[in-house]
Amino acid sequence: MSNVLIVAEQQPDGQLRKATLNALTAGQQLAQKSGGELHAVILGADVNALAQELAGYGVKAVHAANAPAFEHYVAEAFAPAVSELAKSLSATFVGAASTAFGKDLLPRVAARLDAAMATDVVAIDGSGSDITYHRPMWAGNVIAEVKLTTPVQVFTVRPTEFEAAAAGGSGEVKAFSPATTEVKTRFVSFEEVKSARPQLTEASVVVAGGRGTKGDFKEIEALADLLGAAIGASRAVCDAGWVPNDLQVGQTGKVVAPKLYVAAGISGAIQHLAGMKGSKTIVAINKDPEAPIFQVADYGLVADLFKALPELREGLTKLK
Amino acid sequence: MKILVTAKRVEDAESKIRVNPEGTGIVQEGIKYKINPFDEIAVEEGLRLATKHGGEVVVVSIGGKEVQEQLRHALAMGAHKAVWVNHTGALDQLGVARLLQKVVEQEKPDVAVLGKQSIDDDQNQVGQYLAEFLGWGQATFASKSESLESEAEKTKQPGIIVADGKAKVVREVDNGLATLEVTLPAVITTDLRLNQPRYASLPGIMKAKSKPIQELTPAGLGVDVTPKVVVQKLVPPPARKAGIKVPDVATLIEKLHNEAKVV
Repeated sequence: MSNVLIVAEQQPDGQLRKATLNALTAGQQLAQKSGGELHAVILGADVNALAQELAGYGVKAVHAANAPAFEHYVAEAFAPAVSELAKSLSATFVGAASTAFGKDLLPRVAARLDAAMATDVVAIDGSGSDITYHRPMWAGNVIAEVKLTTPVQVFTVRPTEFEAAAAGGSGEVKAFSPATTEVKTRFVSFEEVKSARPQLTEASVVVAGGRGTKGDFKEIEALADLLGAAIGASRAVCDAGWVPNDLQVGQTGKVVAPKLYVAAGISGAIQHLAGMKGSKTIVAINKDPEAPIFQVADYGLVADLFKALPELREGLTKLK
Repeated sequence: MKILVTAKRVEDAESKIRVNPEGTGIVQEGIKYKINPFDEIAVEEGLRLATKHGGEVVVVSIGGKEVQEQLRHALAMGAHKAVWVNHTGALDQLGVARLLQKVVEQEKPDVAVLGKQSIDDDQNQVGQYLAEFLGWGQATFASKSESLESEAEKTKQPGIIVADGKAKVVREVDNGLATLEVTLPAVITTDLRLNQPRYASLPGIMKAKSKPIQELTPAGLGVDVTPKVVVQKLVPPPARKAGIKVPDVATLIEKLHNEAKVV
């Protein structure tokens, strides 16, 4: 039996991270291919409600560990608990979403399980335990098909490449109490970037600005407000401190795949394209007709964004 | 304090990366090689920590003799000595972390600062593996609250705050910044906005030529580096269909409304 264990993520606001549901879909695929059961695990100070919620997404069981030591996420504390559970479930596959949490935690879990790992998986095929993972390399310029030859296989998935798991079934909620370990890491604080807009990685429309904005994001914001969109940015404008870092779209920032991506004043460096070229429809507005962004855009407009965006807003308002 | 940093040799981020027709690798023609940009940030942070607290920076790279270029680059930036693990052939992240573990056991640094990922494999695993193998704490994705245009950056202050045998690290995570305090020794991995790496000066480049590079091998370190992550095949990503240029905003709105049906 090749059981699958998906590590669920609690957001700082106490809610379940939506990307967990995308990871559950990858988990379901693996469970079907390997004939195993799908399990989920959640750790926190008080995660019983989240465990109940998770149990409604087609899992065999949700394992919930409530402990003060898990109030704030620290990899060093979470990794022993997750790997202990993976062993007791004879899990062949252990996975999570490729969020900052998943990327920080899962390698540490893999190390404890003597497991090889595939990061940012975009597709899974094969059967039994003979699984092939498709994952991007070189900023998404190459897709590698890899096999993990260890008895336990660990992975994180790109949330944008797997549908969110549909609600259904009622799994069992089981409490578990991992042995607490003394850790050398202390959580100090979390400074949240607050926004009334949808989360960048989960928004269906993203309006992104680059160097062409010269740091003035007013037009970007106005269009985003009109479309109910999240705001994104290129690396250059984040580096310059013009907008918060967590708005960065790219290989090293957020990977997004909305229905509509509007890139304004973004030239389209390779590393930026890696973060958004999975979007369904891409609009590029740039003064430079040679800008690489036009190569991935469905609709390109050579124009000054400070002229084009107000016009666009006006036209869209009329449309509504 | 003693700081161990890494310097992986990778394709220049500006290079055009294409899969070769056999799907066994990438087209080498026209590719330039550089130090992994995240590792370069790690080297820079190591140098700033050494300047502030006194001590030395040891830089490690793994690969064939060509990786000596990246080691010399880090030495020219100001690192004090280099360790070269001479290995050609396939190597995965577990292999790298096991080799680094042995080098750490030999060098006994107070902190190991690594790039959060290399821009070729994009795996983002080695730092976390290393921390677990050593039983150390970890702080990944190190950043800082100040921007790269700030005064602290101009005066080359380290973003990692070391005091009383502990390091305070501001981490770039989803939707904000998380701060951790790790007891040293620890592993820290660097994100983009921790610092702006310095250029190697001409005197630095001259001095680097006489700095020591110690050569080690996986066999000598007693590490079996047989890869457990086996790449079967490389393929190009799915191509996007060619788009069009629209003459004006009105046409753009018309297309978005009637053709793409997204507004």
